Amino acid sequence: MSFPLLTATAALPAIGAVATAAVPAARRTTAKWLALVFSLATLVLAGIALARFEPGGDRYQLTESHAWIKDFGVRYELGVDGIGVALMALTALLIPFVILAGWHDADPSPSSQQSSSRGGPNETKPYRWRPTQGFFALILMVEAMVILSFEATDVFLFYILFEAMLIPMYFLIGGFGDRAHTGSDENAAAQRSYAAVKFLLYNLVGGLIMLAAVIGLYVVAGTFSLSEIAEARASGSLSMATSTERWLFLGFFFAFAVKAPLWPLHTWLPNAMGEATSPVAVLITAVVDKVGTFAMLRFCLQLFPEASKWATPVIVVLALISIVYGALLAVGQRDIKRLIAYASISHFGFIVLGIFAMTSQGQSGATLYMVNHGISTAALMLVAGFLITRRGSRLIADYGGVQKVAPILAGTFLIGGLATLSLPGLAPFVSEFLVLVGAFSAYPAAGIIATTGIVLAALYVLVLYQRTMTGPVKAEVQGMADLKVRELVVVLPLIALLLFLGVYPKPLTEIVNPAVQHTMSDVQKKDPQPEVEAAK
Amino acid sequence: MSATAVHSLWTMAGGVTSAAPVEKFKAPVIEYTQLAPVLIVIGVAVVGVLVEAFVPRRARYYTQVFLTVVALAAAFAAVVGLAAGGYGTTKAHIAAMGAIAIDGPTLFLQGTILLTSMVAVFTFAERRLDPASHGKHVDSFAAQAASVPGSDSEKAAVKAGFTTTEVFPLVLFSVAGMLVFPAANDLLTLFVALEVFSLPLYLLCAVARRKRLMSQEAAVKYFLLGAFSSAFLLFGIALLYGYAGSVSYAAIANVVDGSVTQIDPALADTMGNDALLLIGGAMVLTGLLFKVGAVPFHMWTPDVYQGAPTPVTGFMAAATKVAAFGALLRLLYVVLPGLAWDWRPVMWAVAIITMLGGAIVAITQTDIKRLLAYSSIAHAGFILAGVIATTPDGISSVLFYLGAYSFVTVGAFAVVTLVRDAGGEATHLSKWAGLGRRSPLVAAVFAVFLLAFAGIPLTSGFSGKFAVFKAAADGGAGGLVVVGVISSAIAAFFYIRVIVLMFFSEPKADGPTVAVPSPLTMTTIAVGVAVTLVLGLAPQYFLDLASQAGVFVR
Repeated sequence: MSFPLLTATAALPAIGAVATAAVPAARRTTAKWLALVFSLATLVLAGIALARFEPGGDRYQLTESHAWIKDFGVRYELGVDGIGVALMALTALLIPFVILAGWHDADPSPSSQQSSSRGGPNETKPYRWRPTQGFFALILMVEAMVILSFEATDVFLFYILFEAMLIPMYFLIGGFGDRAHTGSDENAAAQRSYAAVKFLLYNLVGGLIMLAAVIGLYVVAGTFSLSEIAEARASGSLSMATSTERWLFLGFFFAFAVKAPLWPLHTWLPNAMGEATSPVAVLITAVVDKVGTFAMLRFCLQLFPEASKWATPVIVVLALISIVYGALLAVGQRDIKRLIAYASISHFGFIVLGIFAMTSQGQSGATLYMVNHGISTAALMLVAGFLITRRGSRLIADYGGVQKVAPILAGTFLIGGLATLSLPGLAPFVSEFLVLVGAFSAYPAAGIIATTGIVLAALYVLVLYQRTMTGPVKAEVQGMADLKVRELVVVLPLIALLLFLGVYPKPLTEIVNPAVQHTMSDVQKKDPQPEVEAAK
Repeated sequence: MSATAVHSLWTMAGGVTSAAPVEKFKAPVIEYTQLAPVLIVIGVAVVGVLVEAFVPRRARYYTQVFLTVVALAAAFAAVVGLAAGGYGTTKAHIAAMGAIAIDGPTLFLQGTILLTSMVAVFTFAERRLDPASHGKHVDSFAAQAASVPGSDSEKAAVKAGFTTTEVFPLVLFSVAGMLVFPAANDLLTLFVALEVFSLPLYLLCAVARRKRLMSQEAAVKYFLLGAFSSAFLLFGIALLYGYAGSVSYAAIANVVDGSVTQIDPALADTMGNDALLLIGGAMVLTGLLFKVGAVPFHMWTPDVYQGAPTPVTGFMAAATKVAAFGALLRLLYVVLPGLAWDWRPVMWAVAIITMLGGAIVAITQTDIKRLLAYSSIAHAGFILAGVIATTPDGISSVLFYLGAYSFVTVGAFAVVTLVRDAGGEATHLSKWAGLGRRSPLVAAVFAVFLLAFAGIPLTSGFSGKFAVFKAAADGGAGGLVVVGVISSAIAAFFYIRVIVLMFFSEPKADGPTVAVPSPLTMTTIAVGVAVTLVLGLAPQYFLDLASQAGVFVR
């Protein structure tokens, strides 16, 4: 038996989480370094997996399969296709940056340190509350679950991870809020726990509805293994009644649409991203939400091809609404982080549009979009986080003229912003272009409407930049420090990657394209016209 | 109806009347070894009563705890021995002259009851949580249950450092009844077992050390409603006997599904009378659903759960539910399968209102014990969904769920006993605010239990829920699964709310302290957490066990 590379890639951050959590309360710095080392080691393993992956080979590679819960027909089955391996690599790539960016986010605040060392009248010892260790352990826990969910080829295994990752996310959102809040501490705590609960309930309800569909799938198919279901379908021993397939599809899709998030199930995202610290917001939108769109590609299309085609018109419309509505609301935001959240909703609309355009350009574009959006949002959000930490406010109106005092910060912010609006030459352009081409060839009208999203993106990004970075220097901004070494280490690699993938996306498309062809053949769709090598 | 056509316990089915020569008395055949678990428990319970009478007061506590734990362990060993001897599978049969069925479900449930009782008894024996009164360590039970609350005699008893060590034999009697309840193979045994396990429970509810009036009120409510439900059960038994001419499960089942061979005149007269069967069946079901805590027979649950001493609540919530569901399963699967078309719609309705009712009402609760009570109602609904499946999978999934659920429950109530302020346990939810910052470990453990209740993956709650929902969907109750999923979502809300309160709220200045328990309660909690995680991560062995055990002997 060969080395279980995929299991190891997921197990390493899980071990790291336990190790980090076990670090004694006083050794905060040790915990941070430990978490960073584990996340880097995971990145190495993910890199090995990426290197060992052969784009032209089998559909699922590096597979592992073990019996797990026989009574439920559940196996521990792992395997990655091009889409899975790309997203796995993205996750492993982003986490070290998230950890570095959040280096000081979970340090005990001065006020709480005082109160715990002073010791109230009713307490004999200080709180044994160890936020720093918990923060980094939870991030690694999320990483482990997300990576494993990109690898799972068993529906049940995927479902378990899909649900279980909510719990650490929930604690990250609710337990570690952004210090830069408006209003009193108590008010902020209430808003934060509101955001956390909203996040959890939305996703839990989605997940439970999916549970009903998962059980339904078992009743119909008798197994959860993707390969066994595909085999049964090919041999004709599994045939779903049209209505059954549609119900099951809806059950799955609902959960993924909440996670993605698709209009009108998106309302938890701005709350969660606004209240969480910037690194956690990156974790939500760049990493965890990708599981939703990834699952649409892997599970909805593959398990229920007919129902997917049946639902396409409605989903395309919802995606278009997401694109335009998200962008419009982003234009109107006063809060930097909520603006980025609405921009993300718009971008997720593009991803869903690309997936359900059912053309190979659309789906390749959507997959690239997932990766590129991850990198570009991470860059923008993390720089925004550095900015917000300096000034202590999330409101756009509180800034002005930052580029004069902190030119590097402003410059990196601009590049992140330009990537978000898909400037040619930066990575997101390629994917957005592909999605639009794919959408045009299938639904010309949809393509046209989606294009307005790009125009609006230019508006909200540039206006944001203009209001915060240009103009006269505001008094509170005076003397703002520029990016420090740690922050540069976070931002520069991300920007380099954006540039590289913008100019030369071939390595990524080569990995992704064969996987997309498989998915296309699952839904038995041919492209409406001869394939153009648009990406080159 | 002519006089000869009336069923009588004193006439033989073959038409032998009392006028015929009396046959020689035949000694009953009792398979003592196979009844060993019950006999051990009941025997030690009797010894426990004698201990109360003859052992000096200061030695009683240790003697009783020792005896109780040994009895439960020995009984569990006996169950394992019987299961290893094949009595759960190939040698399953009806023992004790048709009164007791020794089969897979019996042994599985007896094992579950004994293990949960064991860990629950550890919390009974806990003496470090309550502040020592007059230099003596005390447990959760009244100094002298018979003294009026607030009276001089109570003060004297407290001052003398009395403790109610009678709770240990009472628990054993109750456990003995519970062991027989799911094994009962005729209606009379069922009724006797019900009373044997209920009466000690009524008493146990009344003997809280703190909040005694509330505890006594709970006991009275429980007793009155329990007596009421017993009456239903008994009336139902009478009607079923009137219908089938027998109290034996197998005989009634034969009459119900029409496969009876010997029809004497009396039987011929009554077996066509569906009213007797339907009303009788419904009444027996009512009696059992009361014990299960299903809506609309759930009214007692919140008051009793809240008022009873918390260790008793944990024991009752876990073990009673196991025993009652065992009896319900046997009744529906052995006695009334021929009537499935009639009872299934009714049980559908009961399951739906139980799931939704429990989950919705729980949202408004402000007391942790009441919250857990309503949560237990919702869980009864989930289990009913598995019961309705009427497939072998249905049986095994219910068995598995009961095992998973009972350990979570005992563990959760054990944690409740730890959180205290000056007035004893601080059960009001507002006092739990910020617990996660004061005592991260206790809060984390409780969060694990809550997540298991909510059915989050990687906990036993999820495995159990998945098992019963899968069985229900397989058994053609897809609608129930949808309702179950919806009520799970509602239920998740209030479990999450407690977690929010513990971790995301600032601790209050006058908040409760978390007492450090003795190894006894620690064991209870540790076992609860371990079972929760093991059944969540690797449930296969236990699912195998449950599915091997999932066949009723008839």
